[in-house]
Amino acid sequence: MSIVADTTRQPATDWTTVLHGWVTTVDHKLLGIMYVVSGLVFFVLGGIEALLMRWQLFAPNSHFVGHATFNQLFTMHGTTMIFFVAMPMIFGFANYVLPLMIGARDMAFPRLNAFSFWMSLFGGLLLYVSFFAGGAPDVGWFGYAPLTEYTFSRGHATDYWILSLLVSGVGTIATAINLSATILAMRAPGMTLDKLPLFAWMMLIDAALVLFALPPLTAALVMLLLDRSCGAHFFDVQAGGSALLWQHLFWFFGHPEVYIVALPAFGVISEVVPVFSRKVIFGYESVAAASVAIGFISFGVWAHHMFAVGMSPGLDSFFAGASLLIAVPTGIKVFNWLATLYGGRLRMEAPMLFALGFLGMFVLGGLTGIMLAAAPIDWQVTDSYFVVGHFHYVLFGGTVFGLMSAFYYWWPKMTGRMLGPKLARWHFWLLFIGFNLTFGPMHFAGLMGMPRRVYTYQAGQGWDVWNRWTTVGAVVQGVAMSLFIINVLVSLRRGAPAGDDPWDAWTLEWATSSPPADYNFETVPVVRSRRPLWDLKHPDDPDWKHE
Amino acid sequence: MIGGDEAVQHDWSGGAAAPASNPDGAWPRGRFGMVAFLASEFAFFSTLIVAYLKYEGQDRVGPTPQHSLHLGLAVLNTGFLVASSVTIAFAAKSLFAHRVGAAARWLALTVALGAAFLATTAYEWHDLIVGQGLTLRTNLFGTTYFTLIGFHAAHVTIGLIVMVMLLFMLRSPQTRAKLAEPLELTSWYWHFVDGVWIVILMLVYVLSR
Ligand code: HEM
Ligand SMILES: [Cu+2]
Repeated sequence: MSIVADTTRQPATDWTTVLHGWVTTVDHKLLGIMYVVSGLVFFVLGGIEALLMRWQLFAPNSHFVGHATFNQLFTMHGTTMIFFVAMPMIFGFANYVLPLMIGARDMAFPRLNAFSFWMSLFGGLLLYVSFFAGGAPDVGWFGYAPLTEYTFSRGHATDYWILSLLVSGVGTIATAINLSATILAMRAPGMTLDKLPLFAWMMLIDAALVLFALPPLTAALVMLLLDRSCGAHFFDVQAGGSALLWQHLFWFFGHPEVYIVALPAFGVISEVVPVFSRKVIFGYESVAAASVAIGFISFGVWAHHMFAVGMSPGLDSFFAGASLLIAVPTGIKVFNWLATLYGGRLRMEAPMLFALGFLGMFVLGGLTGIMLAAAPIDWQVTDSYFVVGHFHYVLFGGTVFGLMSAFYYWWPKMTGRMLGPKLARWHFWLLFIGFNLTFGPMHFAGLMGMPRRVYTYQAGQGWDVWNRWTTVGAVVQGVAMSLFIINVLVSLRRGAPAGDDPWDAWTLEWATSSPPADYNFETVPVVRSRRPLWDLKHPDDPDWKHE
Repeated sequence: MIGGDEAVQHDWSGGAAAPASNPDGAWPRGRFGMVAFLASEFAFFSTLIVAYLKYEGQDRVGPTPQHSLHLGLAVLNTGFLVASSVTIAFAAKSLFAHRVGAAARWLALTVALGAAFLATTAYEWHDLIVGQGLTLRTNLFGTTYFTLIGFHAAHVTIGLIVMVMLLFMLRSPQTRAKLAEPLELTSWYWHFVDGVWIVILMLVYVLSR
């Protein structure tokens, strides 16, 4: 029984009561679940778009979809995956887990939290409504000017794209405000910043990146909207406006954005790897410090997306150098995780499998990133499938594998039920194989000159075989994700009960029931070390004696 | 699945004295929230200012800043805003000291100064738009100027609406007691809006003239 008499949530028999409960809730746990579910739904949509593109590219001279549809598909796929899959899933887990992890009752501003979620969802809906309002946007996920100007993009598709990102962006900024206030002001007694779980550290840095990177995108989108609907000239080259300004503003957001979706995955890995190696994290301080460094440097590398526009050699060198520099703190963290694994008693359960998958794939993506950061190499392969291969290794191999790890790790807490371990292993291995089959060959097609964003190609250029493997891999990934969905549905109906602490973990979210009561904790936890639950379970040998 | 299970009860005493609650310092969450919000506003206005500076002096057709902007009006407006920053600081201070009447008077003065700022801006815009035919569409100066100043003026307007709401809430004894912190946070926002204006004064009205 909960302490507070709760009339709205008494036997929720008819569906209107249930729906009313979800729509009006300000509880971080329910909002977190809604974020994750909406992210998964958009993941299915974005995945279907990807499969359609791959079907078209399976063989040369294919006529499955035309060029106009293909342009809409890659635009919708990219926009969906970045803004309506990666970010909502991240914020969903952060919402659910963070207050529990730091021993709080809820987020700092629960109503603002609900506002954020609904803005994010409506943003996604706005994007997809465009399909029924004259066609989806087709300007690419970075919407380069002047293609996006009214002269070249008639109709309203581009306006939907702008409004969708504006609306969801406001929600994202509000979430960042909420996350930072929660982490800074709501921690349980004793949880000083040097005892903060690393996932919370990553989300704090993440929130800071959102606060400084998202508003420039918002401002740029407003400028574009003013150009299109009020006759302003920001990116209107005929009237002296600059198409290049858009590129600068977009990538000033765009590069930090890749860390906005990567840092939370780092956070998940920093929780999962220690628990499944039965060791404390190696070099807690250096993980946190390296992430702060990444946060700062990520604001100084944006023009490595623009080497091909012909900047000065000085600028090229600066941005190449800064991009190489960011590999240093990233490398530090990789070694931290490896050192944590080293000599541990590894438990190869689903969260760990995905964490290890993350490690390998993210490092590969980072290495091709270093190649691309060398301006002369970039000139050769920019806008080719090599780039597409690169960013999928970091975005999918990094962020999505990290999110899957989070899903398997925290699902038992969120539902009180375990996911089936056997299906989970199938899911992981099929996804891992399918992923490499899809994105590995892209590098070769790209090196052989295949440009990105083409809807078809001629036979006999050596690209056919790579494209065939890529499409096969995409189908394998589709099968893997279907197994995952099946696992989720089966677990909801008859998954094994999870208990409070199925992984024998050490952070506070495992100190309460699964799923937690409305009020989270019966008694406010008291923290004396980085592993409060270890202290609780081992009163004879608590961590705080050694830290 | 809505709602959850009963929570388990743990003994957190751990055989040692409890550490202090509220780990680092005494800032309530609202302050962190406001600082984070203002950080995002900083990034937003910086972008608009970058766009202004990028196109400054690139116009192919007039009117240009040299011809159309009045430094005098801008300085007058700066006077209003700086003064209002001072008065709102007094208002917040008074409320923390439970001097409700004084707080209301200082706050009303702040609203008046902010309204004077908006009135001057309206006068200036009327001259620019009707007198000189400068709009968002005219040239790059019109585009960037109206966007930057427009967003700033919108922030002033929102601040005024919040202050008027606070004034009404100050009248009721029930809400009065809880208003000191919100008023303090409003004053932070107001100082920020004031600061943005001073940057605009320097870059738009002094340098580009
Ligand atoms: C060592 C770290 C990294 C370096 C040095 C790096 C470097 C680069 C460079 C130079 C490009 C531009 C290629 C071109 O357009 O010609 C690029 C593209 C891209 N990168 Fe990375 N990257 C790194 C990590 C990441 C991460 C962590 C992510 C996301 C989680 C990411 C996502 C992307 C995306 C989405 C693009 C494509 C942008 C587009 O559509 O043009 N990168 N990267
Ligand atoms: Cu980048």
